Amino acid sequence: MLEKNDGQIIFPPVLGASPQKLLIKNGRVIDPANSVDGQLFIGVEQGVITLCAKEVPADFSPQEEIDATGMWVVPGLMDMHVHLREPGREDKETIETGTQAACAGGFTSIACMPNTNPVLDEESKIRYVVQRAQDSVCRVYPIGSITKGLLGEELSPFGEMVRAGARAVSDDGRSVRMANIMKNALNYSKSFRIPVICHCEDADLTRGGHMNEGAMSTLLGVWGMPSIAEEVIVARDIMLASYTGARVHIAHVSTAGSVRLVRDAKKLGVLVTCETCPHYIALTDDDLMTYDTNRKMNPPLRTLADREAILMGLADGTIDVIASDHAPHVSEDKDVEFDAAAFGVVGLETSLAVVMTYLIEKEILLPSELVEKMSLFPNRILGLAGGTLSKGSVADITIIDPNARWTVDSRCFYSKGRNTPFEGFNLHGCARYTILSGNVVYERKGQS
Amino acid sequence: MPLTIKHLLGLKGVSEQDITLILDNADNFYEVLQREIKQVPTLKGITVVNLFFENSTRTRISFELAEKRLSASPLNFSTSTSSVSKGESLRDTMRNIEAMKIDMVVVRHAAAGVPAFLTQCTGATIINAGDGLHEHPTQAILDMMTIRQKLGRLKGLKVAIIGDILHSRVARSNAWGMTTMGMKVVLCGPPTLMPQHPSPLGVEVTDSIDKALAGADVVMMLRLQLERQGSGLFPSIREYRERYGLDLEKLSRLTKKVLVMHPGPINRGIELASNVADGDHSVILDQVTNGVAVRMAVLYLLGGGGENA
Repeated sequence: MLEKNDGQIIFPPVLGASPQKLLIKNGRVIDPANSVDGQLFIGVEQGVITLCAKEVPADFSPQEEIDATGMWVVPGLMDMHVHLREPGREDKETIETGTQAACAGGFTSIACMPNTNPVLDEESKIRYVVQRAQDSVCRVYPIGSITKGLLGEELSPFGEMVRAGARAVSDDGRSVRMANIMKNALNYSKSFRIPVICHCEDADLTRGGHMNEGAMSTLLGVWGMPSIAEEVIVARDIMLASYTGARVHIAHVSTAGSVRLVRDAKKLGVLVTCETCPHYIALTDDDLMTYDTNRKMNPPLRTLADREAILMGLADGTIDVIASDHAPHVSEDKDVEFDAAAFGVVGLETSLAVVMTYLIEKEILLPSELVEKMSLFPNRILGLAGGTLSKGSVADITIIDPNARWTVDSRCFYSKGRNTPFEGFNLHGCARYTILSGNVVYERKGQS
Repeated sequence: MPLTIKHLLGLKGVSEQDITLILDNADNFYEVLQREIKQVPTLKGITVVNLFFENSTRTRISFELAEKRLSASPLNFSTSTSSVSKGESLRDTMRNIEAMKIDMVVVRHAAAGVPAFLTQCTGATIINAGDGLHEHPTQAILDMMTIRQKLGRLKGLKVAIIGDILHSRVARSNAWGMTTMGMKVVLCGPPTLMPQHPSPLGVEVTDSIDKALAGADVVMMLRLQLERQGSGLFPSIREYRERYGLDLEKLSRLTKKVLVMHPGPINRGIELASNVADGDHSVILDQVTNGVAVRMAVLYLLGGGGENA
């Protein structure tokens, strides 16, 4: 029997604040919100951080200690773009398995997309997810839909959904086709101070497509989805945000043109943020030579030039967030001809290591920038207090081992989805401990 | 001498030696087809499944005839008569057929990459009879066979392929195969019917038919899918015919006598005027005849023929 991810999810009996006094010692504490990066002790009492100092006061007597020698102690990671599939497709993923996968990947919080069945487009459905996630090993923040049923016609009740716990709205999976509806959504969102998360895709330009339109689609004979299909909607939504003064967050940026548009819009003062995903950081459409359906997602893998622009956008701060767009599928949806395969890849359990391998090792990002893009900024964008190790904050902490070496084996995933584009990849870095409200909810052994 | 390839999935990356070997064997089988008794026992006991997920008349018949003339046992499978219409996955379909002990599979499918996918589902030899917009290798080989037969060589000849390049797997296979054989290929069509990124085809691309025809030894006209007019790819049949149709007037402007080819079926009076299709430039029916010989050669060589030769 394979041990899941070579680690173990530990379920404390009650997932409230841990009564244990915990001391994390000898670690490199990285907390960009407080401009902290150095050898510090972190102390936790009653699930709250009470100590972040060079020395431990004499009167602090921990019941539990973690020796984080050689490791990074960072605020709990957050993935703001996850598909949990529940309700509706519990065969692909459930809130339970999805949050376990998140926990094993080092995430203490995730935001989940509303394209479930039924769609999360009203208060009761948001409440359902919140309740189902109550005892999870990872915090779950639902995202409500922009329009009822994702149909792009009538606005969902943002206020009621926010009251039930929604932190943003999105019609992820498609764009709101009509610009006037999008304009209304942006205007309406301002009352609730929530971002509108945009999946940018002109469906007329991508119709029938299964991969990026480029030299590779010519070579493979697969119908293409051009980069401009993303960019025309990024441009539209930025202009609408500028006009309405609302906040937009561009999901899964994959092209050089989108990076340029967001960079220019930020210079102009538009309230725009954006994210990219690990697969756009590590892979290109050249990696589709074997028609591997586990590398089929939407937006699709782009060209080398796009990938380089993404890396540049991450380095210069244009791209605020790295999110996985975790999209689990059953094998029946993937073990088929390329055109018939579902779009989407899993990412929760590889995200951190891909970022460590492709951005930290290659010195494209500093460790503190990783913490910003995978913890602080997504928390801020969703209006949450997390993402820091400030005294008095809830003790959601991830301890990263930057020296771990491991090989991706989807059979070891906690996620039900096996559709990883990184099968067999040798990656660097992993989450050794995931700590939620002071409870050690995940510990990973071996693999160094 | 055997082929270095195990399956025929496409011509991209196939060596000049392999293509020449198929062409030489096809010439031999062509000779068999001229005999009184057109059947040889070469593939006796070999079962070949013709797995057609997309409509086809001539390619399927051509393969079936090639199989019969090699004494193989053909088994025909098309979507209308299969369980695919009941929602069976491609892998299950393939594994069920394989469980009946078959040796070779000729496959046509609307999705690119299906022949490659099938090599992961079965141990049988796979021959691509057309996959999506990707490749149609036996068509390109029969085109080359016909040119070699008529003009005596391939190297150094210029071929103009004209029409809907965007949707044409024939154009792709020919661009790659003919380039490997030392021919110069020019692809010509309106920019809306040309791939947005043609560089991997490795050949010259133009929207000017005059440029394409200048100095050409061979002109290959592609079928225009008439229903594409509705999708905004070209404004009218009349304008298309005027700009990209081949007629006697355009032929008369050429200084060199050219071979006129077409992979069929022809839209008479659209991409090709009737008097050109039936005229003395045309080798269209030779292509059809040679198609059987080429498919015999491919089946023979991939079916183990030539290993001890």
